[in-house]
Amino acid sequence: MASHSLTLAKDGEAPSFYMEEDHHPEGGTMLGFWIYLMSDCLIFAALFATYAVLGRNYAAGPSPKDLFDLPLVALNTSMLLFSSITYGFAMLEMANGKQARMQLWLGVTGLFGLAFIGLELYEFAHLIHEGAGPQRSAFLSSFFTLVGTHGLHVTLGLVWLIVLMVQTEKKGLIPENQRRLQCLSMFWHFLDVIWIGVFTFVYLMGVLQ
Amino acid sequence: MFANLDLQKLLFGRLTLEAIPYHEPILLVTFIGVAIGGVAVLGLITYMRWWGPLWRDWFTSVDHKKIGIMYVVLALVMLLRGFSDALLMRSQQAIAFGANEGYLPPHHYDQIFTAHGVIMIFFVAMPLVTGLMNFVVPLQIGARDVAFPFLNNFSFWMTVSGAVTIMASLFVGEFARTGWLAYPPLSGPAGSPGVGVDYYIWGLQIAGIGTLLSGINLIATIVKMRAPGMTMMKMPIFTWTSLCTNILIVAAFPILTAVLALLSLDRYVGTHFFSNDLGGNPMMYVNLIWIWGHPEVYILILPAFGVFSEIVSTFSGKRLFGYASMVYATVVITILSYLVWLHHFFTMGSGASVNSFFGITTMIISIPTGAKLFNWLFTMYKGRIRFDVPMLWAIGFMVTFTIGGMTGVLLAVPPADFVLHNSLFLIAHFHNVIIGGVLFGMLAGITYWFPKAFGYQLDPFWGKMSFWFWLVGFYFAFMPLYVLGLMGVTRRVQHFDDPSLQIWFIIAAFGAVLIALGILAFIIQLVVSFMRREELRDVTGDPWGGRTLEWSTSSPPPDYNFAFTPVIHDHDAWSDMKRRGYARPLKDFRPIHMPKNTGTGMILGILSIGFSFGMIWYIWWLAALTFIAMAVVTIGHTFNYNRDFHIPADTVVGTEAARTRLLERRV
Repeated sequence: MASHSLTLAKDGEAPSFYMEEDHHPEGGTMLGFWIYLMSDCLIFAALFATYAVLGRNYAAGPSPKDLFDLPLVALNTSMLLFSSITYGFAMLEMANGKQARMQLWLGVTGLFGLAFIGLELYEFAHLIHEGAGPQRSAFLSSFFTLVGTHGLHVTLGLVWLIVLMVQTEKKGLIPENQRRLQCLSMFWHFLDVIWIGVFTFVYLMGVLQ
Repeated sequence: MFANLDLQKLLFGRLTLEAIPYHEPILLVTFIGVAIGGVAVLGLITYMRWWGPLWRDWFTSVDHKKIGIMYVVLALVMLLRGFSDALLMRSQQAIAFGANEGYLPPHHYDQIFTAHGVIMIFFVAMPLVTGLMNFVVPLQIGARDVAFPFLNNFSFWMTVSGAVTIMASLFVGEFARTGWLAYPPLSGPAGSPGVGVDYYIWGLQIAGIGTLLSGINLIATIVKMRAPGMTMMKMPIFTWTSLCTNILIVAAFPILTAVLALLSLDRYVGTHFFSNDLGGNPMMYVNLIWIWGHPEVYILILPAFGVFSEIVSTFSGKRLFGYASMVYATVVITILSYLVWLHHFFTMGSGASVNSFFGITTMIISIPTGAKLFNWLFTMYKGRIRFDVPMLWAIGFMVTFTIGGMTGVLLAVPPADFVLHNSLFLIAHFHNVIIGGVLFGMLAGITYWFPKAFGYQLDPFWGKMSFWFWLVGFYFAFMPLYVLGLMGVTRRVQHFDDPSLQIWFIIAAFGAVLIALGILAFIIQLVVSFMRREELRDVTGDPWGGRTLEWSTSSPPPDYNFAFTPVIHDHDAWSDMKRRGYARPLKDFRPIHMPKNTGTGMILGILSIGFSFGMIWYIWWLAALTFIAMAVVTIGHTFNYNRDFHIPADTVVGTEAARTRLLERRV
């Protein structure tokens, strides 16, 4: 950006109308991925809104108080929160260029994520077994959909995590891989934020009412 | 458990021979026509050995210009389908009075009006808008491509897959009989047990992914890739309206995805979101779908406003009047479009305060829109107006759209809406703004940028024929519907008893025939222009005396758009460059860094057709197989790190020298 001047030339005098060096705008991927996350956030917004409208329609069936096991959900929540912290550690190691330690932290993140999904599946199976499946009432339909959509996202994140670990192993911490790991980082923390919303509005407030 | 497992069910789901409508003569004839036409086209491509070039230069291309052109081609093909539906409806309603039942039974008629709406909005208007934005925006901001070129190709193929899925319903099974927004409980598992609504859902979901991704892509492009010196307030108005449209896409389409997913859960899993029993609430669907649906109409109209801004200023030979107010009006419309969705169902019964809030916000939208109209008028005032075809469309738009806007304000008054809701008055209103606004805008845009895309202008005589048939045909087709709507005739009716209404429907059918001639004239225009392309050749790259950057490069532009990245000092950058004696660079060319073509987008598109077909017909093995294949192809694609190359400096020198020779020959 040195050889051309952006100041306006006086009228009549021809300023430079093109630049000779390469013009390579950077950061498009991060912005694009951020915008994607916001659009995903809107999907969750629609599901939260649906839960807000339909969440009290028990249809003479069970209510949150009858169903939710807060200690289990608290354990589950801690799994996801820990996984976010360990992902942060992985990113710190990436910044230091320590590939092996980064992979280790990514692996730990994956295990926490897996534990989260496992606990969620256990909870779902338990509810369905008790006759409180998604077909029982509009409350349960919207509960399963909201929590399940989040769970699907975490599952997708896990697949992505494995793919990136393989790619880092193969290619090392090249700029492309670093960029991908940063995208996944945003995705992973974003899911954490969504889960905090789910935990608060669905579980905590459900049991408190 | 496996004792009563039916092999046919396992292999074909609920697809049986009965699903092929060979007993419906209309569909049979259509199918034969399509089959003969399709075989002829495929045969021609094979005979001319076009498959290789098509695959290499078009299907796998990540060039934003080619993708833009392919979007427009898709839209024009789908326009023929959507318009055939319109002709069927108009002729049915013109004859089905009293003892005459017409020729379309209700179950068929209902599919036709649903397909007409879905196809015209999602597969005509949307691809036209996306196609124009794709082609024009990078050129206007001095970029070489969009931010994510592969994603762009992928988005296009997802849109095609959605279109193919919808078209398949014509010959395999049936389409939805629910109207274009598929309100439950009619669209629920009890109201519509067949495959029609499933075709609707999967067609839109797949196309919606494409639209969303292309929205993200174009926002990142406009925000990050503008040429140096082009600040936000120096962007061309079309780029501004594209930015706002893409923001609306990103902020609205996820809602559509979510609400259609919920409807699918109701249909596939048996949940109770929108059912009448066990706590479901159908109005939840209506609210959600219009939270997407209202911004959607602004997604369509804003780029049209952008096109007209460029055209009016170019053909008046003047800088656009009130640039800043145009930008602010666009932004205000963008924001307000989220605050009006409830005016689509004032009759829900949400009470006086809610209805007046949404009535008032709706009326407020007419203020920035009115500001825009005055800006165009003041741009023309004391301008040296040239009445080329794009300008004709612009003037036709200003008159027609104003009428449509005024009837819109009438509908925004809740008490009036209680009378006019669901009537033909509403139908007339939204066709008035969509045809008079979006469609005129897109046809104007195609005529305006055609020489940039193909290197020759469109034949003006046939362009004028098309314009006048469209304009007059529009008034004949839709003014009678206003009258009928005021008399209380509701939409989506297949047969009438009151013979005094018939004359209005006959006039409307006559209008539809005129529009058909307009479409025919447009096709003839394309053919005639191709035949006369040497006479109509644009060697300058700037046939209209344009004002924005796209006219500074050759027609058609080279793959890399600009040999050197332009530097911008003023808005209407090209006009500024011409005024201050810009000299085209002739030496010191460098290699140019460009993305490589890839077939992944098309492969994913084809697989997604298989996936949706499996889901629609309950052929679970097919759905599972194609889903896994899509995942494998996607992950496999990310293992390819070798995605770009350099156009060698010699090639750039050759391309630019050819242009220099062309420019000199003219002088």
